[in-house]
Formats: sequence, C-alpha cells, structure tokens
Amino acid sequence: MTNHWIDFKNADCILVMGSNPASNHPVAFKWIQKALENGAKLICVDPRFTQTAAKADIYAPLRSGTDIAFLGGMIKYIVDNNLYFEEYVRDYTNASFLVNPGFKMPGDNEGVFSGLTGTKTKEGFVSGTYDKASWSFQMNADGTVKNDPTMQDPNCVLQLLGKHFSRYTPEKVEQITGTPKDKLLEIYKTYGATGKAGKAGTELYAMGWTQHTVGVQNIRSMAIIQLLLGNMGIAGGGVNAMRGESNVQGSTDHGLLFHILPGYLQTPAAALPTLAAYNEKNTPQTKELQSANWWANKPKYMASLLRAFYDQGLPLEDAYALMPKIDDGVNYSWLTIFDKMYKGQFSGFFAWGQNPACSGANANKVRQSLTKLKWMVNVNLFANETGDFWQGPGMKPEEIDTEVFMLPCAASMEKEGSISNSGRWMQWRYKAVDSPGEAMPDGEIISALYHEVRRLYETEGGAYPDPILKLTWNYGKHFDSHAVAKEINGYFLEDREIKGVLYKKGTLVPSFAFLQDDGSTSSGNWLYCNSYTEDGNKAARRGTEDPSGIGLFPDWAWAWPVNRRIIYNRASVDKNGAPWAPNKPVIQWNATKKAWSGDVPDGGWPPLADTEKGMKPFIMKTAGVAHIFGPGLVDGPFPEHYEPLECPIDKNLMSPQMVNPAVKRWETDGVPELDLRASCDPRFPFVCSTYRVSEHWQTGVMTRWTPWLLEMQPEMFVEMSHELAQLKEIQNGERVTVTSARGEVEAVAIVTLRIKPLTIDGGTIHQVGIPWHYGWRYPDPKFKELRSANLLTPNIGDPNTMIPESKAFMVNVVKKEVKR
Amino acid sequence: MKITRRSFLKNSGATVAAGGLGLALDAQEAKASPTRLAGTTRTTTVCPYCSVGCSIIVYTKNGKVVYTEGDTESPINQGSLCSKGSSVFQLTHNNPDRLKKPLYRAPKSTKWEEKSWDWTINRIARNIKKSRDESFKLTNSKGQTVNRTEAIASVGSAALDNEECFIYQKFLRGMGLVNIEHQARI
Repeated sequence: MTNHWIDFKNADCILVMGSNPASNHPVAFKWIQKALENGAKLICVDPRFTQTAAKADIYAPLRSGTDIAFLGGMIKYIVDNNLYFEEYVRDYTNASFLVNPGFKMPGDNEGVFSGLTGTKTKEGFVSGTYDKASWSFQMNADGTVKNDPTMQDPNCVLQLLGKHFSRYTPEKVEQITGTPKDKLLEIYKTYGATGKAGKAGTELYAMGWTQHTVGVQNIRSMAIIQLLLGNMGIAGGGVNAMRGESNVQGSTDHGLLFHILPGYLQTPAAALPTLAAYNEKNTPQTKELQSANWWANKPKYMASLLRAFYDQGLPLEDAYALMPKIDDGVNYSWLTIFDKMYKGQFSGFFAWGQNPACSGANANKVRQSLTKLKWMVNVNLFANETGDFWQGPGMKPEEIDTEVFMLPCAASMEKEGSISNSGRWMQWRYKAVDSPGEAMPDGEIISALYHEVRRLYETEGGAYPDPILKLTWNYGKHFDSHAVAKEINGYFLEDREIKGVLYKKGTLVPSFAFLQDDGSTSSGNWLYCNSYTEDGNKAARRGTEDPSGIGLFPDWAWAWPVNRRIIYNRASVDKNGAPWAPNKPVIQWNATKKAWSGDVPDGGWPPLADTEKGMKPFIMKTAGVAHIFGPGLVDGPFPEHYEPLECPIDKNLMSPQMVNPAVKRWETDGVPELDLRASCDPRFPFVCSTYRVSEHWQTGVMTRWTPWLLEMQPEMFVEMSHELAQLKEIQNGERVTVTSARGEVEAVAIVTLRIKPLTIDGGTIHQVGIPWHYGWRYPDPKFKELRSANLLTPNIGDPNTMIPESKAFMVNVVKKEVKR
Repeated sequence: MKITRRSFLKNSGATVAAGGLGLALDAQEAKASPTRLAGTTRTTTVCPYCSVGCSIIVYTKNGKVVYTEGDTESPINQGSLCSKGSSVFQLTHNNPDRLKKPLYRAPKSTKWEEKSWDWTINRIARNIKKSRDESFKLTNSKGQTVNRTEAIASVGSAALDNEECFIYQKFLRGMGLVNIEHQARI
C-alpha cells in the first residue's frame, strides 16, 4: 500500500474494485465506515453483490476480466471533462513528456502497440514479445526528456492518453463489461470529483485485480486515474493493495521471489559476472534537473546486503561471485516451477508454510508434479493436501517414490518476531506459550537445517562448498529473532565519521542514508534499515499519540521506509510545500524554519520551488515524476482491454487482438494434456471467479482445522443467479458439479440475488462464484472428494508478474447425478 | 439486542452483509467476566491471518492459553477482531489436531511414521546435499558463472516472521537455489 489502513478514513471517495474488504479485511472496514460517517462516498464494482456492496452508496456489476474497459472509460471521462488536476499532472507526472513519433497504439495497429513480434493466429498474436524501442521519449541534446508544459503537443503523453482511451466510450464499455451505462457515468462522475485540490479518492484492490492475464495493467489503469486526479501521496488517497497474508508484505520485502533479493534489489544474472557490472546495469542514471533518483544509491544497498550474507573479510566482488545467478531472460516463477517439476526436472522441493496442492492454479497439474519428486519437505501447523498428496484422491501410494517430510512448526503466538502489514507497518509479536508436542518455530527449523547442511559440507566436502561455508550465521546455535532483526537493519563494520559524527564499529546503522558502497556497512535489507537501531527495536513501540491528526501514529510500531506512513508524500503539497488539503496535511514546509513537519517526508530536501535544492516528488522514479506513460512493463505503456484466456464471447469488441499478446501460452509450451484451455466452448458456458469468505483463510489449512470457523462455513459452495439456477434446473442447497476444461469440483448450490446475468454485446452471460478455501484432506474423512477451486483454474499468468488468472475462466454447472 | 453465538450463526448463514459485527458483540460479552482473567499473564501478538495487522492480547495461565481478545490500544483495530482473529485461541495447544512430531513417509509407503527431529534434520540435509551435489552448476551453457542448483525449488513463507523470512532466503540462496517463490506470486 502507498497509504495504510487507518488512512482510509481521510478519503472523500472510496472505490472498492478487485476486492471485498467487508469479508476479507473486515477490521479495515472500520476505517471505511469512519470515512462514510465523515460524508465520503463508497463505490463498489464487483461481479457479485458482496458484503462491501451492501454498504456502498453506488454498486455496479461487471463481467469478470473487463476492469480495463471499465477504468479506460473513466480515464476518457476524466480527460474529456477536464476533471484532471492540471498542476499536479503537469509538474508531478510524465504527462508533458514527448513520446517518439514512431510509437503506435492499438487503435491504429490491430489492437497491439508498436514493436510486437509473435505468432499471428486468427485470435491475433500469441506468445508475443515487444521490442520497446518505439515506446521511448524524445530527448534533448543534454540528455533530458523533451516536454511540452502546455501538454498540447500531439505526441505528449497526455494527448496520447486521451487519444488511446477515446475508443473507450460508455457505449463500448457497457457492451464489454455489461455494466449499465447510467451506472458507469454515475461512478465516473462521483470518482472524478476527487480531482479537485483538497479532495481525496482512494482505491482498494486485492486478488480481484492481480489474478488476470492483464493484472498489472488493471492496476496501472487505476494508477493513471489516481495521478490524473492528484490522488497519490495525499491523505485518503493512493492505490492500496490489501494483501492476503499476515506477512506477505514482509516476505516480499525480504525477497522470497526468484527475481528479487531483499529490498527489491534485482537477482544477480549470469550476464553480470561482477558487482561492478551488476551496479552499472541496475543503477539508473538521469540528467533531469531536480530529480533525486533514489535508486542511484543501489550500490550501497547491494554492498551492505552482501556484507549481511557472506564472510565480511571477503572483497565485495568475491562475495558477489558466490551468489547464485539466474540466466538472463529466463523465468523461474511459480507456474514454471510446477511445469518443470511435472517434467521431472526437480529432485527436491520445500513447501514451507504453503499448500500448493490447493493454492496452485490448475491444481491437478501441481498434484501430479509432486509425484515426480525424490523428496519434499512440507512445514505447517496442520496436515494439508500438499503433505498428504500421496494419499489423495486418485493417487496410488505404492507407486509414488517421493520421500515426504511433514514438519510441525510453531503458531504465531508460540514464538517471537515481527510481521509487516499491508500498510508497511512492522509490528513485533511476543511468545505467549510453548508449542504443543515437539513443534518448533520455523526459524529454529531453518537454523537446524543450515547447521546440518554446513556440517556435512565441512566434514565431507561436495560440489563447490564455498557459498555454504562462507555464508555467515551469527545468530548462535538456536534461532534468535533479535539477532536477525539487527542484521536486517545493519551494522557499521568499521569506525566511520559521517557529517561530523563518529559511528563506532559494531553499532547499528541509524538509517539507510548511512549505508556505504565500500563494504564498511552491513544491512540485510536496506528498506528495514532504521527499524532496529541503537535506540532499540522500533517494531515493538506502542505509542498511541497521533500528533498529525490524520491517523499516522508515528510511535506505534515502525513503517518502512524510515517510518514514513504515506509514501510519495511530497506529492501532497504544491511547489512551495503547502498542502493541497490544508485540513488534512501529510507534510508541510515551514519556510522560516526551513523544515518539514508532519509525516517523515520523502526526502528532506526543500520543496520544488527551490530550484537549487528542491526535488520532484516521485523520488523512486528516475526522472522524479510518476509514470502515466509506463514503458517499463512488458505488455504496453498504456493499459488496453483484452479478453481473459477463457471468455464467453468469440471476439474482443475493442480490437482484433483477443488475449493479451505478451502472455506465455502453456497450452502449447507446457504440458498439453494438462494445460487445457476451453474458450467460447459450449461445454463451459459460464464465467467463473474464485473468492474468499470471512471465516476462512487461503486454502483453509488453518481455518478448516478451527472448529468455530468450520462450523460457520462448513463446505464448498457455488453461488449462482436465480436465472441460471432455473436454466439448469438447480434448487438452492442441491449438490452440483462445477467443471472446467481442467477438472471438476463438487459443491452445494447457493441460488442468490447477489449475482445477476449480464447483457454482453446483446447476449446473456451468466457468472458463478466459488470460494477457494476447501480441499480433500479435512474435514472429508475419506480423502475422496476433490473440493479445491484451483482444480478448475487455468495456469496462465500475467506477463509481468506470472500471477495466474484465477478470477476469470469458464465452467459448467450441473446437478450432481448421484444424490448423497 | 442480545445475540448469542448460536442465534448469530442461524441468522447469518450465507445471507448478505452481517459481517463480523455479531461476533464483536459476542466478544464484548465475554470480556465482561473479570474472574476469568484473574492470575493470567497478558502477552501481545498480531493476528496471523490477513494483513490488516490487528493486535491481539493472549491471556495465559500455567502455560496454557485461556483467553484471547482484541487489543484496545492498537490504533489499527482498537480492540475489534473479525471471526478469524477471534478464533486464534483454537490455533494453539487448545487444538488437538495440531501436528506435534516430525512425520516421515518413505518412498512407496502407505503410511506416516513418527521420527525424531535429529533423524529428520539429518535425513533432509542428506537429501539436500545429494540433490545439490548432483546438480550444481558452476557455469551455464554460455560459460557464464552461475553457481546454482536447479534441482531444488522452494515455495512458501508468507506466514513466517520477517526474521525467519530473511534467514530462510539467505539459507536457500546460500545453497545456490534460484527457484524461490511464494504466496505473492499467486
């Protein structure tokens, strides 16, 4: 999140789209309610009339997978009606930048941007790749970008944006999304009203936006809207991802993904054999005036990370050489892992606190993949479908060679450490009780494995043992969360004088501004530098004062970076440092004292009007301004509507290009007999979406084993409209089978008014919804029935993130033939 | 209106709205009994479920969790909890189904066997070493230095503490893994 949970109360308008916080982040709804009490409007857009919709001022349905069409229409409305915040857009975004005249947009280029190569089929391009050369800016001789502050040049970003989205008329959007035109216009008008200085609009999303083949572009669409309306960096604004796990924010921050190290530093690649080459490739340079270009500090963060990994006596280059390197351009993400696993390319596998046999898209492929392993380690509180895959439905244990280890771990209140919430607040938790039986904290299990692997390499040698033997583990024999938290923060490794102050060797670094690129500091994760200093463990703070009055609570726990509660907050003020919203300032500049007050500013420089020292607000962007034109993505600098991989209509009403041309197509490149697709197929006529309920969590691996919760939501169900139920002769409460090209699931039918058929391009389209919290390991005592929603979902990923499209795919629903 | 847990369940079922409001009332009722907390130790924690980050107070007595409730001091949840946050009592030793011993399933076996931690850790470490030694690549097909194993993959960890996440990825990368993924990808 750019903002944080409490900050919702500062909004004048809240758009909930791609999420359902009333069900899935219920306590956060407290702050939505607070905003409503203050007169804010709540808009909910969802295929289903959710618990959030029940509280909304305006609800609109849409066909799952058509969010870009919906939001594209809003962009057009904002531009056409001059609702954008002109000063903000001109000075704080790249709207005035001039784009290369060779750049072509989908309206003039058969539905794709310029530079695409790929296989042309009757659906348009498949498995395409963009050469982004034409997605570039016109440059001045001094290396700065050409711009037109009047934003009238036909090649400037704002004009191109207007031209691109001119195709997204309300009539066209209604045809694609099924949302009635009057609802569209009501929402566009209501949300567009937040473009005035002093007004704040926020957007709350979750998996409803990410789990699509256009997931990143869904979010980009909203980021563009928020920038047009001046809603980034302000109180009550932002684009806010409500994340689904207690520490998925922290675990992402700590680089538990193939492409990033802790602190979002790029994973070293084979083409970068030295640290110098790594720094040169990955450290952005700029000639723009007044741009802080914060990532220019990256070499300091990488050097400090290497010092937290390996023997500190090593030259930095030698430490870098030890790091594993990925091949350039090769994707090692989730869907690829299970594809390779099915093809027998892995011998060992850890599923640590995760249940991929239920949570992975196309779960039958995942289940089959696990049978190809030599060994698997599964760590969890409870038995689950992954650890027990070998005795699951359809499995023959006597034919499965996989050696399986099921390790019992401690629950959250049985150990001590920190987690980071969606608002980036790092909060410390304490141990209340011992674990039952021999269950151990995950940290203790990891530590034990490290010591044993190291012992084996020390005593027996083996393939290139150096990276293991030179890895540092200064936490003692047993796991010590304080020792690790300090290493993550970082130390001075030698005496160092900075700005006249001597920092002694062995003391904790006060913040990442003090980190060095010469190996004289360590920091496991620069973003968390400042969290555990000589002043103590800031995550454990419990101060309840709010001097800001806008709910920042700076002394409650700690937020990254450097306790900043709203990021990009320099965009909440004008060029002179005066807040756009004087009644709810995030920061403000005192010209007499020459100092900021309020939240920790995004850098302490004076405001932009100081042409010598002032800095532009979006300091993580190379040019200091936010990207309305975003050439960094692999599938286009502007969002464009494409249909989901599986959809109910045989043409994209916007262009001849059916599906996002940049997605990797598994039905041809994966395992053809398992990676099945059925689009516009009469066997699977209904749009299906997965979702969650309040009483369960993820695959239910904890909540299904919690009797109070299981009692409230005992089993798999499918929600459908009365119209569909009548069509299929299904009664409320009857058992039905939901099938897709990839699998089938038994469920109880819930016939409800919450879902209505939609009119799409003149035809009737039915949608159904299923929760993904169930499996077969528990409570089904016979391990017979496959209940996991992901048995149905397709394994196709967004081309930027490779997050699977679990929110829009095609199914059939039929009465179960054998009555229970 | 007095709402008992039973009537709340009956009324909510799968109907629209309602949400966690009924449960919040229920929690207030329970809190009104001071004798229940006499002699207990109060420890603060943060909910293990979604990412709102609600604070919870865990009351223990004689090494057992006897009660949990929302922490009114937290500026985020101000004492409120949802249905999941209100049920963490049942995640501890109070839940008879928690896994308590390392379990091992041998190749082709039809059953789990209980094992000691020492045996288990050694056996996994041996497997890691064998997989790594058989697969370790100093260079790729282009002759570039890669120092990696592609024979072992890892998923998971979004439920771990930050400090555990840090040493987990450090351990995996230290062994040369590149196939490292987790919940954020799905």
